[in-house]
Amino acid sequence: MAPLVKVENLRVTARDERGRLSVIVKDVSFEVQPGEVVALIGESGSGKTTIALSLMGYARSGARIAGGKITFDGRDVLSLSKRELSSLRGRNITYVPQSAAASFNPARPLLKQVIESSQIHKMMPQAEAKTEAVALFRELVLPDPEHVGERYPHQVSGGQLQRLLAAMALVTDPKLIIFDEPTTALDVTTQIEVLRVFKKAIKERGTTAVYVSHDLAVVAQMADRIIVLRDGIIREVDATGRILSEPKNDYTKSLIAAAEPHTRATAPGAIQTKAAPPVLEVKSVVAGYGATDRDGVPVLPVLRDVGLSIKAGTTLGVIGESGCGKSTLARVIAGLLPAARGEVLLDGAPLPRRASQRTRDQLRRIQILFQMADTAVNPSRTVGRILGRPLEFYHGLGGDQCRRRVAELLDMVRLPAMMAERYPGELSGGQKQRVNLARALAAKPSLILCDEITSALDTVVGAAILDLLAELQREVGVAYLFISHDLSTVKAVCDEVMILYAGQMMEHGSRRALGQRPLHPYSDLLISSVPELRQGWLDGISENVLKEASVGVARPGRGEACSFFERCAVRVPGRCDVEPTPLRSLTKGAKIRCQRTEEELIDLSAR
Amino acid sequence: MSADQTITAVAAPALPRRRFRLPLAGIIGAGVVGFWVVIAIIGPYIVPHDVGALVDDDLFGRMRWALPLGSDYLGRDVLSRIIIGARYSIGVAAAATFLAVFMGGTLGMLAAVSRGAVDMALSRFFDALISIPSKMSALVVIAALGSSIPVLVGTVAVIYTPGAFRIWRALAVNVNALDFVEVARARGEGTGYLIREEILPNIAGPVLTDFGLRFVFAMLLLSGLSFLGLGVQPPNADWGSLVRENINGLADGALAVVMPAVAIASVTIGVNLVIDNLPGRWSSTGEH
Repeated sequence: MAPLVKVENLRVTARDERGRLSVIVKDVSFEVQPGEVVALIGESGSGKTTIALSLMGYARSGARIAGGKITFDGRDVLSLSKRELSSLRGRNITYVPQSAAASFNPARPLLKQVIESSQIHKMMPQAEAKTEAVALFRELVLPDPEHVGERYPHQVSGGQLQRLLAAMALVTDPKLIIFDEPTTALDVTTQIEVLRVFKKAIKERGTTAVYVSHDLAVVAQMADRIIVLRDGIIREVDATGRILSEPKNDYTKSLIAAAEPHTRATAPGAIQTKAAPPVLEVKSVVAGYGATDRDGVPVLPVLRDVGLSIKAGTTLGVIGESGCGKSTLARVIAGLLPAARGEVLLDGAPLPRRASQRTRDQLRRIQILFQMADTAVNPSRTVGRILGRPLEFYHGLGGDQCRRRVAELLDMVRLPAMMAERYPGELSGGQKQRVNLARALAAKPSLILCDEITSALDTVVGAAILDLLAELQREVGVAYLFISHDLSTVKAVCDEVMILYAGQMMEHGSRRALGQRPLHPYSDLLISSVPELRQGWLDGISENVLKEASVGVARPGRGEACSFFERCAVRVPGRCDVEPTPLRSLTKGAKIRCQRTEEELIDLSAR
Repeated sequence: MSADQTITAVAAPALPRRRFRLPLAGIIGAGVVGFWVVIAIIGPYIVPHDVGALVDDDLFGRMRWALPLGSDYLGRDVLSRIIIGARYSIGVAAAATFLAVFMGGTLGMLAAVSRGAVDMALSRFFDALISIPSKMSALVVIAALGSSIPVLVGTVAVIYTPGAFRIWRALAVNVNALDFVEVARARGEGTGYLIREEILPNIAGPVLTDFGLRFVFAMLLLSGLSFLGLGVQPPNADWGSLVRENINGLADGALAVVMPAVAIASVTIGVNLVIDNLPGRWSSTGEH
């Protein structure tokens, strides 16, 4: 059978701002058979998206397809005229981008945008296209398929928007669909349902697809064949099963190693200071945004009665979906967002709520690291000056002393000392994150708040940062509050874990307790939603999980009632959504916030 | 771990140190601006004739050795008048713009960094100022205080301060939302440090572009005031008034009206050429 897509010696070049030419895709050749799903996997900068876009004869601005041949369905894509290309794009080849929110026009109703390409290509009358789209909405399990198209993009959730994008791509019944990291921006519990419907849609239609992703576990569920890319060169091509079980290339092996959880946290025996007072305690904090009411509670409460404690030299992980209040928690502790109620204690002494009211020493002892390494360093100051400022500010170092300490700090985060003269713009993402870490260390803190610090980095680079964190903890004994949406990362670095949902603490226990049943229903959902690195995982998960996942968006409940109520599989209507939820201690040593007793939970999970 | 090695190995070979280098267009612009600045400074020592002296019997006389740019509507030397006019046009406009940008910029950054009540108070105050028609208020002030150079500078500065405030505040608010400013705030840095070290270097480019634009506006406003007889007082004149007083010569294509206009245009274009071509973080596109 002739392949649907045949790429021969593809070569793409790009010119940077300084006008230097670089080859970003080097002599790449591969084929895609009809009905096959091929994954392009690699880190950022590996050329995966560039290759996927070139299948449509498109190169991003600054880039140019310099050589090679792309045959799609018997036509030479690169020799087509502009007009011929536009008849191809959106009709025979469609594209599902990563950011659904940025891909829809916020000012037009969804249905109009979904059927737009079918109208441009004059494939069918509008009424017919609308019926087709509604059928697709039903197939993609969108709520209220008849009327969802009348809404505007901001009126549906992120997962729904991503499925609407897929509907847009499917409506012209294309021969090839290109998925470009379609679930990367989604929460795990949302990702799972989107993956399910995508897989079902692809399978039922027998559509050929190219799936671009950096996530090996996701790709393992979707693809028949995997192409591993690095620096624009194909490193390995093989069937999915074989890549996972017997990778040949070293780079593939390192990708698999980085994806597999391996624990970096201190061994349980190493924490001798178990009895020691916690370095940080947070007691029933209420915080949020907007105007405050008479009791001082903000209109939009983000954190509702959250408490935690971190022992010196240990790591507490905070997990939750986007919008659950993880980052707000870090900002409250750092004093950037004053809490409306509750208190934060450092070594048993209460801290003023605002950073501006804290003493310099209190400020020194809590440092914060942000997710976006790019925006967390001042682009117009050299690394040396960025690191020198906290030294000068907290420790009064200057001149040679300061320079020596900067070199030491750079060494601590495994960067060469000559980096001190560089500007942040000259560093890679991972290097910038290391500079951030060095800046936090410069203060000699007792606690570092890490807010999603590896989320924006590639798996391998992120894994190296996690290793570094663990090493530094052993060396200098600093405690971490590690915030992440990624369960496997949290499991890898944390001694204790707290699970947050819509501003409420759902479960708080040791890392080991998280692996033991009974679990809080939300913890259960969260844990079972994380893709595993084996084929067939997606088909094997229980329907129960999906039923929970597919219900709407997180919404803070009223008052003290459980905010997880609407998505909970074991809810008790009339009780969970009305009464204040009690905090229960489980025999495994964890605390959960649930109406159900331990016995009930064991009973329910056995069923 | 292997990834560690990757990261250090990826470190690019040392780039050439950044030097302050202008592209050709920028050099041309700098040359033109530099020329006019020098003329403005040494003007009184090189003028061939006195600005007020009637040296030609012809009105709008043609070019000749003694009068290289001909004569104006009263028979005065155009070249001398343009040379002296440079002082007023560039000097007064530059001083007023500096003052406006300094006041508006400082307060704008202060508003952005302080947020809350300070931001609200400053913003509403400047909103109120901006609602007063600029030429009207200039007329009132100058009519009351009489026309002198300090009054002109002060009036024009006050008129352009709200605009500068708006731009600086808007730019600073964007930078203020970035994480590195939060980091500095969490470190306990004061407002002065935040403005000086974290905000200012990162808005330098766009703000300079704004300065260029505002300088041009100031020159035009001064010309407008001169037209109404409230600007620079005779026999001295800035370039704007030179154009206006010789407007009758336009039909004849007299240099007396063309040359001051060319002078205004050359300074305007020169300033903008320099600002648009500044390298690195001074560049108007804000690239680093």
